Order: sequence, then C-alpha cells, then structure tokens
Amino acid sequence: MNYKRFLPFLILAFGLSVSNFLFAQTNGNSSGTVGENLEATKIENKENNKEESKEEKKGINITELVFGHVSDSHSWHLFTIVKNDTKKEIPVAIPLPIIVYQPEKGFFFFLSNHFEEWQNVGGDSSFSNSYESNGTKFHLEKKMKEKVVAEDGKPVMDFSITKNTLSMLIGITLLLWVMLTAAKKYKVGTVAAPKGFQNFVEVVVVFIRDEVAKPNLGKKYLKFTPFLLTIFFFIWINNLLGLLPGGANFTGNIAVTACLALITFVVMMANSSKYFWSHLLNPPNVPFLVKCLLVLIEVMSLIIKPVALMIRLFANMLAGHIVILSVICMIFIFGMLNVFAGWGFVPVSLAFSIFMFMLELLVAAIQAFIFANLTAVFLGQAIEESHEHAAEHHGSHAAIESHAHVIESKSK
Amino acid sequence: MDLLTPEFGLFFWTLIAFIAVFAILGKYAWEPILNSLGEREKGIADSISIAEKVQKEMKQLQADNEKLMAQAREERTVMLKEAKEMKDRIINEAKEQAKVEANKIVIEAQQQIQQQKMAALTEVKNEIGNLAIEVAEKILRKQLNSTEGQDAYIEMMANNIRMN
Repeated sequence: MNYKRFLPFLILAFGLSVSNFLFAQTNGNSSGTVGENLEATKIENKENNKEESKEEKKGINITELVFGHVSDSHSWHLFTIVKNDTKKEIPVAIPLPIIVYQPEKGFFFFLSNHFEEWQNVGGDSSFSNSYESNGTKFHLEKKMKEKVVAEDGKPVMDFSITKNTLSMLIGITLLLWVMLTAAKKYKVGTVAAPKGFQNFVEVVVVFIRDEVAKPNLGKKYLKFTPFLLTIFFFIWINNLLGLLPGGANFTGNIAVTACLALITFVVMMANSSKYFWSHLLNPPNVPFLVKCLLVLIEVMSLIIKPVALMIRLFANMLAGHIVILSVICMIFIFGMLNVFAGWGFVPVSLAFSIFMFMLELLVAAIQAFIFANLTAVFLGQAIEESHEHAAEHHGSHAAIESHAHVIESKSK
Repeated sequence: MDLLTPEFGLFFWTLIAFIAVFAILGKYAWEPILNSLGEREKGIADSISIAEKVQKEMKQLQADNEKLMAQAREERTVMLKEAKEMKDRIINEAKEQAKVEANKIVIEAQQQIQQQKMAALTEVKNEIGNLAIEVAEKILRKQLNSTEGQDAYIEMMANNIRMN
C-alpha cells in the first residue's frame, strides 16, 4: 500500500506543527495576556500587576495563537527562534509580496520581511516597524488580523499576496495540474477505460454530474456541470491544503466564502428564468396582503441563500481549524501547570487531534460537496421553466389538475 | 469581530483566481472529460443495445436453425420412408419380373421338352414302324417261300375278292 510511503512525512509534518508550539512555549510571548482558562487561575495567585505581567511572559496567549493561525497573514510564518542570550525573538517566515494601492499615489510593491519588529501596544493589538516605500511609510497593525496601514492616514487598498492568497495559488496550480493531466488522457482514446489517477478524477466528475447536477438542474444540467465541478474541486483542494500543518486557513476565511457565494449568486441571477421571477414577485393565487409578505420573504430568501452558503463553509472550516489547534494547545496549557501534566496530556491530545484531523478530512469533502450541491439546488430553482404556462392563468383547481397531468405524463 | 469582515484583497484575488480556474478548466479539462464521458457512455449504451440486438438475432437464428433442423429431420424421415418404399417396390418389381422371366423360361423349357419328346416319339414310332414292316416283310417272305403258301395266299386273296 502507498500510505506507508507517506507515513514518515505525516509524522514529520505533525512533529513540525507541534514544534511550532514548543518553540512558542519556550519563547514566551511578547504580547502579554494568557489564555482565558489560565487567567482565572492565575489571578487568584497574583496580587499586583507587575508580578502578573512578569508571570504571563512565560505563558502563551492561546487566543492569539489560535486566531493567529486561522486568520490571514502577510507572511507565511513557520516558527520562531529565541536567542538564549538576548531573549530576542526571531520569527522564521516566508516573506510574501505586499501590494497596496492608494488612490492618489498608485501601487506600492515590497516584501513583507521589511516588517520585522513588532511592538505591543497593550491589549491584543500590536504593530510593526514602519517601512518607507516610494516616499510613503507603511506599517502593519495586528489585532485579530493583520492590516496594512499608511502612516499618512490615507486609506489603503491591500492587494497583497497574503498567506491565504499564496495557498490558493498553490491550490489552483495543483488543481490545474491534476485536472489538465487527467483531461489529456481523454483526448486520445475516447472510449478507452480510465486508468490510474484518471479513475479518481472520473469518479468524482461523474458523481458531481449525476448526483449533483442531474437531479437539481433538469435538462440543462450539462451547461452548469463545469461550474459545479470547478466549485467543488476548488473548495475541496483548498480545504485539504488548509489541513496540512502550516497550511493556510483559506476556505475558513469569510472573504473567500463571500467571493464564492457571490459568484454563485451572480450565476444564479444571470441564468434565472422569467418563470422564477414571476413566481417570486407575483406568486399566483394568493391574496394581496399575503402576497406582499410572500414577496418580501422571497426576496429576503434570495439574499439569504448565498449568505447561508458563505457562512456554512466559513464556519465549518474555521471551526475545524480552531478545534484542532485548541486540542493541540491543551498540551501547553497543561504544560504550564506542570511539565509532567503537559507531557502526560500529549497522547490524549494527539489522539484527539488525529481524530479531528480524520473528521476534517471528511468535512473537507463534505463541505465542498454541500456547497456544490446547494449551488445546484439554488441554480435549479432559478433556471426552472414553468411546466405548463396555462396553469398560471386558470384557477388553483386547474393548476392542480394540470400539475397532476404533468405528473401523469411524466410517469408514462 | 475582525474574523467576520472580509478583506478586499483576498476577495479580489479569489474572484480572479476562481474565474481563471473556471475558464481554463472549463475549456481544457471539463469539456474534454465531460464530452468523452458522454461519448463513452453513449458508446457503452450503443454497444449494449447492439449486443442485445445481436443476441436477439442470434436467438432468432437459433430458432431458425432449429426449425430448419426439424424440417430437415422431417424431410429425412420422409426421404427414408420413400427410399424404403422405393426399395420395396423395386424388390417387388424385380421379384415379379423374375417370376415372369422364370415362368417364361419354364414354359419355353416345357415347350422344348415337349418338342423333343414329340421328336423322340416320332423317331421311336418311325423306328417301330420300320421294325414292324421289316418283321412283316420277314414273315411274308417266309410264308410266301413255299408254293403251298403262295397258293393259300392267292386263294385267300381270291376269296377276299369273291366275297367282295
């Protein structure tokens, strides 16, 4: 079996991800506050603020750590080294290009490693040193997430290739490579049986076509299958990449899911039929007052559908990441109480996180499928053509009759 | 919360990337894959229907064959029967003819036998006649050898004439 080949990598990867925290633990954290759990216990012991802040240097800020991992960043942070003599922290990170736009001054390009020194300004927020690019000074501000700020106070549009963007680029490169390689085999022999990796691609493609597109989209399903396939694979591969240790939480980012939901919404609107709109804005055979209410609800549901898509994917992926991170952080929470407790908790935490990881592997596919499936359902509703135009003009009895007729003719 | 406010940059890049991926995959991956999948499915469906048709034809052929076989068997039986009849007829005819021939031969043989018997009888009669004449001659010669015998004979002759 092939999995044996990957086992060492998995162990190594997991070890690396844990080592992140080990480094962090030995480093201490400059930002200050301890995780909420610990804060309560510690406050009992401490009497004055000075002592407390001194103690906190040894702990780790679980909240910041977890949210630092799940939110976007302008550099791809790997781990942090602390020099023993100076106690200075040196973060080891892959620098990423920062692209900012100011309406008056145009674009600025520079690398993120220019922001190397961070200062805490109290609370959760910290900021980096300023860097001058073409006469404008910028610095990064970090609360829950990082923000590029121009020091002249003017608004900044941030088009940086952030960690998430880079992760997405890696994801789509992989996706393009895999799919184009698989697609090549289809051009030569058309009726040949699939081989190797082509098998896997084909199974998923056929699944999306037959189980997602066909039942929801009716006759025109082939027109929308490419869109559904792209959505499914795009989300899936990025979900999986996000699960890799050190990976970015791309699909657990609201901007991403908002973008995908917006695309779905636009596709839905662009292909919506007259029948859909006439039923939405003028539901037949309904009294006037109810009609007003219905139209309001329908219009709201129109907006709620993509919003639900957006939140579902975002919340699921974010929650998965947070749970895995939290379970691993438990080691260090226990470790702060007692070194032995920390080591003692390692197997429990490992078991939990492996379980969560497996679950997340499943969730990665399921969420991609759900997104694609709901997209198909919403699209199906929008593109639906009326079965019998006559039904709209006659009374409800006629409508029911004609509907029954349609069912009858279908069953034949 | 910060996590719930989308960053414009990431949104922008995601949008561009997704549209690009959709365009590229749509043209170079999904289209060939879906097309050839459709073709393959159609091919398989066609093959199955052809196979079914062929099977049906085979069944038809088999049925035909069986019918032919049955017909042939019937014909064979008929032919055998006819042949047997013909054989019997020929044998009978031959027998008849043989009988006729045999009868003919027998009749001819009888005729010949009759003829030869007649011939033999005729010969025997002639022989006997000749013998009787010879004997009568000898007797006459002996009787007419003496004068008395000649006189007696003349007298008898004369008596006969007188009597007449």
